[in-house]
Amino acid sequence: MPVFNQSRGRIVQIIFAVVFLVIIGQLINLQLFSVKYKLAAENNAILRKVVYPDRGIIFDRKGRAILENTISYDLVVIPSETKGLDTASLCGLLNIDTAEYKKRIRDLIFKNGYVKPSVFEPLLTNEMFARLNENIYKFPGFSLTERSVRTYPYSAAGNVLGYIREVDTAYLRVHKDEGYQMGDYAGMTGLERYYEKVLMGQRGVKNFIRDNKSRIQGPYENGIYDTAAVAGKNIHTSLDVELQKLGEKLMTNKVGSIVAIDPKTGGILCMVSAPTYNPNYLTGSQNKRHLADLLLDPRLPLNNRGLTTRYAPGSTFKTVVGIIGLTEGVIDLNTTVVCPGYFTGCGTGKPKCLDKGVFQFTDAVAHSDNSYFSTVYKRFLEQNKFPSTDSAIGAFNVYANSFGLGHKLGVDLPFEKSGLIPAASNYYKEFGRKLFPCNLISNAIGQGKVETTLVQLANVMAIIANKGWYYTPHLVDSIEGGDDEGLLDEFKVKRHTDNRIPESVFNSVQDGMQAVVEYGTAVRSRIPDIIMCGKTGTVENYAKVNGVMKKQPDHSFFGAFAPRDNPRIAIAVICENSDQGARVAAPIASLIVEKYLRDSIKGKERQDMVEEYTNRVYLPPVMRMAIAKQDSLRKLRENQQLLEQKLNKKESEEGTDEESIGEEPAEQGATPAAPVKKAPQPKPLPKKKPDTTPAALTKDDRKYKRTAR
Amino acid sequence: MNNRNNTISQGVDWTIIWLYAILVSIGILCIFMVEYRIDSNWLQSFLGGKTNYSKQLIFAGVCAIVATFILLTDSKLFTAFANLLYAFGILLMLATFVLGKNINGSKSWIPIGGGFNLQPAELCKIFTALALAKFISRQETDFSKLRSQLIAGLIAATPALLSILQHELGLALVYSAFLVAMYREGLPAQIPIVGSSFAILVVATLILDPNVLAISLTVIAALILLLLRKQAKKSKRLMVLVVGIWLLCVGTQRFVVPYIFNNVLECYQSTRIYSMVGKEYDCSQNKKSERKAGEKAARKPDDYNVRQSKIAIGSGGLTGRGFLKGTQTRGKYVPEQHTDFIFTSLGEAFGFVGCFVFLCIYLFLLFRIVKIAERQRSTFSRVYAYSVASILFFHIAVNVSMTIGLFPIVGIPLPLISYGGSSLLTFTILIFVLLRLDADRQMVLR
Repeated sequence: MPVFNQSRGRIVQIIFAVVFLVIIGQLINLQLFSVKYKLAAENNAILRKVVYPDRGIIFDRKGRAILENTISYDLVVIPSETKGLDTASLCGLLNIDTAEYKKRIRDLIFKNGYVKPSVFEPLLTNEMFARLNENIYKFPGFSLTERSVRTYPYSAAGNVLGYIREVDTAYLRVHKDEGYQMGDYAGMTGLERYYEKVLMGQRGVKNFIRDNKSRIQGPYENGIYDTAAVAGKNIHTSLDVELQKLGEKLMTNKVGSIVAIDPKTGGILCMVSAPTYNPNYLTGSQNKRHLADLLLDPRLPLNNRGLTTRYAPGSTFKTVVGIIGLTEGVIDLNTTVVCPGYFTGCGTGKPKCLDKGVFQFTDAVAHSDNSYFSTVYKRFLEQNKFPSTDSAIGAFNVYANSFGLGHKLGVDLPFEKSGLIPAASNYYKEFGRKLFPCNLISNAIGQGKVETTLVQLANVMAIIANKGWYYTPHLVDSIEGGDDEGLLDEFKVKRHTDNRIPESVFNSVQDGMQAVVEYGTAVRSRIPDIIMCGKTGTVENYAKVNGVMKKQPDHSFFGAFAPRDNPRIAIAVICENSDQGARVAAPIASLIVEKYLRDSIKGKERQDMVEEYTNRVYLPPVMRMAIAKQDSLRKLRENQQLLEQKLNKKESEEGTDEESIGEEPAEQGATPAAPVKKAPQPKPLPKKKPDTTPAALTKDDRKYKRTAR
Repeated sequence: MNNRNNTISQGVDWTIIWLYAILVSIGILCIFMVEYRIDSNWLQSFLGGKTNYSKQLIFAGVCAIVATFILLTDSKLFTAFANLLYAFGILLMLATFVLGKNINGSKSWIPIGGGFNLQPAELCKIFTALALAKFISRQETDFSKLRSQLIAGLIAATPALLSILQHELGLALVYSAFLVAMYREGLPAQIPIVGSSFAILVVATLILDPNVLAISLTVIAALILLLLRKQAKKSKRLMVLVVGIWLLCVGTQRFVVPYIFNNVLECYQSTRIYSMVGKEYDCSQNKKSERKAGEKAARKPDDYNVRQSKIAIGSGGLTGRGFLKGTQTRGKYVPEQHTDFIFTSLGEAFGFVGCFVFLCIYLFLLFRIVKIAERQRSTFSRVYAYSVASILFFHIAVNVSMTIGLFPIVGIPLPLISYGGSSLLTFTILIFVLLRLDADRQMVLR
């Protein structure tokens, strides 16, 4: 027994201890000093699921929900559980073929894995849901899950209410710290966008534990880190949905806008932008295609022409010029101006006036005499107290700005335009540093460089109705549960026009405007038993057609308020490229006013008027050409496809005869040989579409809402 | 008989039995943590025999019976049957080549019916330990002789070689644990030193750029010659020795190591070792994978296991997430967590404190066995005890090191903790045979 090796026992122990120390050293490194493993573990195992609250509901002034939530169903599949599935019958129900089915399943497995539920078909239509719901037990691995979607019960006011979309990277970049993530929805236009913070509510978070295949195992720590979702706040608007629907109906096949304001509160009663679209088209299963169609439409149906388009206000601006002239004392009610057919003050023969004669103030307003207001404007600018025309313009603009013109009003909708009340500097380029009143004279009649939005114009009408004050026009009256963000504060501030303007001046202008309707330009738009004050406007305009500036049909304007005593509605209407203000805009405005004040249109004559104006078509020629071009291009493409199909068919089944083409839709089959020749129709009168659920429409009807109802 | 029983229970080292019982209980709890599902009735499944932890409980019961039997036998039995058992073990291992069942790519299991499989290589550890102890304790063996050392080496190497042929590299490595026992018995210290130097050289080869390593080796050799220039002038032999070692090192680094990785090891083994030092191994250089490429494209292995294992242990922090609260364990992120990676569940649930206590229990067990070894009168018992200690040590060190990323992944279970009947039975027998021998420590066994 070699005793001398005894010490080696100690060495062996030391080796053991050293190795254990190394292990403990690495454990200290891993467990005490490395943060990344903890993070990695959380990333591995904790699934944070965002719980989306219902968005807030939007009500109109009478408490009718005009934008609310409904439940839609998604068809969800777990690919790993679809064994033994009757693929053919499922495909039959879904109207797809098995190849498509296999492709989709393959894509889902690729995107979302084999064992996790993925959406096979989102947002089923009602009939599809009914059909599937009966049979879903036959299809293992498939299930129907609810989801909340937006719905517009009146199919109206799409431009005002806006829509929600999945956020894109650009949106995420802008709203970095607001907790959005890919796949979230956010309001993109209209009230949905402006009141996004109010409507979206507070999202909740649920923490789940998931396993190595991302299957959920249960709540994490029994949910102590979870937060509950708080539903979005409901908002009450001043809109009158009946009025809105009537407006949209009247503006069918026209381009333009109607804005009506309650002068007492500044609440917007209706804001029609034509052409509009059925907002429900952007919620169904085909919403992406519909949105693309709307975006590509040359009529720009997604624009809100009420406040994102700037128009020269035309003669409606004369009211403002008149008020300023009377206030400054450059004219009085008895001042007379002669109109020999054109304005004589500048020697250019411009602007022309239609009614020849001698005018006092009231009649000048009533007959919209260009010479009279050109004279007023010229006299204002030539006053001795102004050292130069520049300072005169400045003084004029102080007045104009106090009417809410030339700057954004602050309406609670996105993308509002500011309009333009030109300053002296706007003219330097054209006329040099020294300006003369005659350079600017067309501003007097609301042409030239003056531009307003339609809301501003309606607001001017409200100011005249109120005799000198207004509240900022707005849609939202109140937010349920309180306005925490202070979004509505601005709408509670009473704003006054320039304090030099006495009430008597407003009375005089109201006299003139009453005369417009009583016996002036808009006499045909008189509403029996209602005293309405209005002002027509007819705006010349030009557009570039094939590179040449060409005169287009006039824009038709009308601004009004009623009744004269205790006014309840102020309104502005534009119908682009239609006719004189008195012929289109004024009747439409009068119908809206009557509807609002009386809740209905009285008398057979007036009711016929509704139908007559609904059926009128005033599509701007420029747009008509663009549509024709788009249509013919599409036709060309379709025919080409058809030809290719035919050729392919011939190649594949040599022996079979032409009859196989008979399966194609008859209309297409008829003109395969002459693809381009089909000339665009001169007046594309759109078909009236029946009242059906949007997603069930065929391709032709799907377009967008040309006929409001 | 009664009287004799009394003497047995007096002679038995109860500390070891307690440690053994504690470790087996920890093992069952760890497996329970891995398999536990919130919605299941754990008591029922514990008794049901369907889940792994209840199976392990049954194994533990079987082991208790076996342990009792071992304690009741006569110590002389082990010396008498040592060689016979060894021969039997080798035979069993050879039999796997005929009867073997393929489990997880290694053909080292023999089905014994009832859904149970036997891994002869596990049992062979016991037999080898006994045979080695028997050989060294022979009166005619003089372990200071090279011849005896070679024979002892051969005893340990034979089952190791067979394991390699069964593609069980991990088990084969375990047999190197016998070096510790042999070292205690007088194996020249140079062998472990040379061995560890070689290991350092291999690691250096992996980590450093070949040229940098060659240059630094040359610099070291030159420095040594510079320091010893007076002695070198006197004796040419020293000079030759230094130059020889230098040549050997550079040769190893340049040719031997790449040869081992490309020609001896499988592609996945090389990759695991390379991934230890954070490098990628290019499998196209591997001769063995080339041969296989014709049959089936080899799946590219990655370090998923180690990564997940480190995440699980690292997420435990100081005190751990608590019993049954580990998210990684519940989510089954660590593959093979109930067998080779059982340490991760412990690390996640009880954190550094738990791991430290656990390792201390192990270290205490090892030291206790070494202490027992040193108090033996007979060489047989001592050699055997050292074998047990070193086998245990090797298992623990390699297994824990691989879960925390200090060692490449080899399939070695954690003694008494990992799920598996073969492994538990082997360690039970190893330990209780030791206890039986220790109880008779006053006897001189040969």
